[in-house]
Amino acid sequence: ALTTGNMAASSDRNPPPFPTAEESEPGLCDMADADSDEGEDIFVSNVGSRFGDTSNKLTCVFRFALSQSQKACIFFISQLTCIQEEEAKDSFDVDVAVTNPEKVGDGMNAYVAYKVSTRTSLPMFRSKVFSVRRRFSDFLGLYEKLSVKQSLHGCIIPLPPEKSVVGMTKVKVGMDDPSSVEFVERRRAALERYLQRVVSHPSLLQDPDVREFLEREDLPRAVNTQALSGAGFLKMINKASDAVNKMTIKMNESDTWFEDKFQEVENEEQQLRKLHVVVDSLVIHRKELCGNTAVFAKSLAMLGNSEDNTALSRALSQLAEVEDKMEQLHQEQAASDFFIFAELLGDYIRLLGAVRGCFDQRMRAWQRWQEAQSTLQKKREAEAKLLWANKPDKLQQAKEEITEWEARVTQYERDFDRIGMTVRKEVLRFEKEKAKDFKSQIIKYLEAMLQSQQRLIKFWEAFLPEAKAIA
Amino acid sequence: MMEEVKETASVLSVHDDSIKVTEVLKEGDTLTFIIVSQKLSGTGEYHVDRTYEDFEWLQQHLFSQGDVPGIQGVIFPPLPAKPQVNASPRSIKQLGFLALGECQPYCKALETFLQQVAAHSILSKNKAVEVFLTSSDPPGRQKVKKNIFNRLSQAVEEMRKEGHKDVDEFFQNERDHNLILTGCTKTAAEKFLDVVATEQKIAVACGHFSTALHLCVEPGEDPDKQAFSRVCVKLSEVFESIKKNMTSVAENNVNTLGLGLDLESRYQEAEREMLFRRTCKLVELENAQRNVEKAKPVKKAAMEEVKKAAETEFEHTSGVAKQEIARFQGARVEMLQQALVGWCEKQLLTAKESADQFNQHLEVFRGMA
Repeated sequence: ALTTGNMAASSDRNPPPFPTAEESEPGLCDMADADSDEGEDIFVSNVGSRFGDTSNKLTCVFRFALSQSQKACIFFISQLTCIQEEEAKDSFDVDVAVTNPEKVGDGMNAYVAYKVSTRTSLPMFRSKVFSVRRRFSDFLGLYEKLSVKQSLHGCIIPLPPEKSVVGMTKVKVGMDDPSSVEFVERRRAALERYLQRVVSHPSLLQDPDVREFLEREDLPRAVNTQALSGAGFLKMINKASDAVNKMTIKMNESDTWFEDKFQEVENEEQQLRKLHVVVDSLVIHRKELCGNTAVFAKSLAMLGNSEDNTALSRALSQLAEVEDKMEQLHQEQAASDFFIFAELLGDYIRLLGAVRGCFDQRMRAWQRWQEAQSTLQKKREAEAKLLWANKPDKLQQAKEEITEWEARVTQYERDFDRIGMTVRKEVLRFEKEKAKDFKSQIIKYLEAMLQSQQRLIKFWEAFLPEAKAIA
Repeated sequence: MMEEVKETASVLSVHDDSIKVTEVLKEGDTLTFIIVSQKLSGTGEYHVDRTYEDFEWLQQHLFSQGDVPGIQGVIFPPLPAKPQVNASPRSIKQLGFLALGECQPYCKALETFLQQVAAHSILSKNKAVEVFLTSSDPPGRQKVKKNIFNRLSQAVEEMRKEGHKDVDEFFQNERDHNLILTGCTKTAAEKFLDVVATEQKIAVACGHFSTALHLCVEPGEDPDKQAFSRVCVKLSEVFESIKKNMTSVAENNVNTLGLGLDLESRYQEAEREMLFRRTCKLVELENAQRNVEKAKPVKKAAMEEVKKAAETEFEHTSGVAKQEIARFQGARVEMLQQALVGWCEKQLLTAKESADQFNQHLEVFRGMA
């Protein structure tokens, strides 16, 4: 059976629950101090040191040491007006991490449990730091619950990673081989990104199901997850899209914003898919390079062994070792390409699908409103007929129904407007997040590449004297 | 057209290390190589143009020097295989590293061949070398009559001779060692070629990614859309850099270690052929010795003559072979050292340049709003 210790050794990452010091927000601890209403401007320098760029000075304007209620008020206002640092502030309030995958049980009923850790300053949580154990189906269950909530319609609800029967079967058999290790790490990282997106969404963070997911010791097992298999999500969304397209009453948009945006979203999804294909092929070639480098290293070792000339023999053997180290580098490079770019693109392709889903929800809300209006119209016509026929008790019923449907029409119109506003806000927020997300991932990638090159330089510098010493 | 070249000794009038294959011209299916060499006396250069057939002509002349004592003991500098303009997959595989790039590796290999021939104490004396390097007219294309190298038509008995036990421990060791080294070197060269091929594929994929990113750039004044477009454009530049890096790495591999392993591999084959020729001479000698012993008194004197001739030839061949082997062992170590040092220095430079570039890109991204 696989223990935590093994996992730490075999997978690249079994990190402490929270990001490294440079990523963590020092502001959190200070928030507690600020409760004392001292009126000092204690956050400015912390914010500056975390982001280090001038645009965040805007946030500082809102971050005086205020009373809790004043802070809450400003927090709410900033949400509605979508200022740039809104998301930055959200991530200050809650931090989540998914770590320590452990196999539970044996045989075909085995599953992997992950540690979900939360660190927060928000009063709605019971404590500041806590963790629970969750399995994959729990994450799916969370999505299932959120996606059906009327109150969240129009919101871009992040998607959890997809089920994989093949991947999981291998893991059930044993978690030690490289492909299982890679599978589990890939899933762990994807689950973490999923949760991070959920908690950085202001509306979702307020949701009791999300809180329960993060806090509750024993979560009842999710049951409605059968539909969410393989490419299930996108299939679901595409089916909904088709239904919307088959709508008989076509919407007349006074504001072209929605049409234009929808088109943009569809185009972008296509572009990202193309990028994803290229990155996939890049990852395959990198892995191939690993294999070829290893084989070449072996052939060099054999050549070195067969060589009579001592200095040449030694140089060749050294070179074989250098090539072995390079294979390691190539492995890491492949992992970098994969985990940074391929997964990022995959996430966004699916998120764009979710965005399309929101637009569909708005259309359906509109449809519901239109249908209600048409029903109301029929009720009114029926009432008119009854007036002529002079049937007082039926008339009373008809009048009641009209009142009921008038209320519905008003309600549905409000729903439609509300969803429209939500969709607009969500899309803008999504675009901000996307630019930020890509930028931060690219920085990570470049840092890794730079490190790689520097190690490569060291290998070559170490080998050069060996090569020169041959003759 | 030159008249038939007589097998007379001559002195080469150019500096052997000045020989350069500077260009290759493509006309339809024909490749013509421009060869430049510096005159030994005074200043001035020879410029000649030669096709691959001309190289083969030269090689034939070198092979057919039957009157030079011990010529069979010479390790002949190996000529690269024939290049093709629209190469078949088999031809590409045969040429290995020499098929890569825009002919530079191949030209370098031809250059090395000529330099080695010109530097060889026995071979450089052949008039054909002088004619090849200095005559403005193309050398003759007549078939040369005697050719001691019919290895191509190696019958099964010939193959058996390769394993024939030697009378000299030095040569037996050399043969055994050569056999192992030939195999190892060939394998190493092949595997290195695989590495280079994959590096080229990665470069191409990076280029695709870079291009595809440009398609993600969206017009419009929306600040968030612009932010994302900027990210895409900058990332596209990053991958362009990665592509250049990979391409340089692959080129460095080919031009230094790749060429080195290729040359070593072909040279090991050349030594193997020389050792085989000597072994054949040994077999001949041993047969002649047996014939003398078996011969009837009438034939004995004639057989004795044949044996003496075989003995002389074998001794000459072995003498030259010993020299050649010593020279070869020194030269190959030097050549490999140069290849390894050159390779290491080039890759080090490329890695430093790449690190600088990545650093610059990183600064750009960190500074982006």
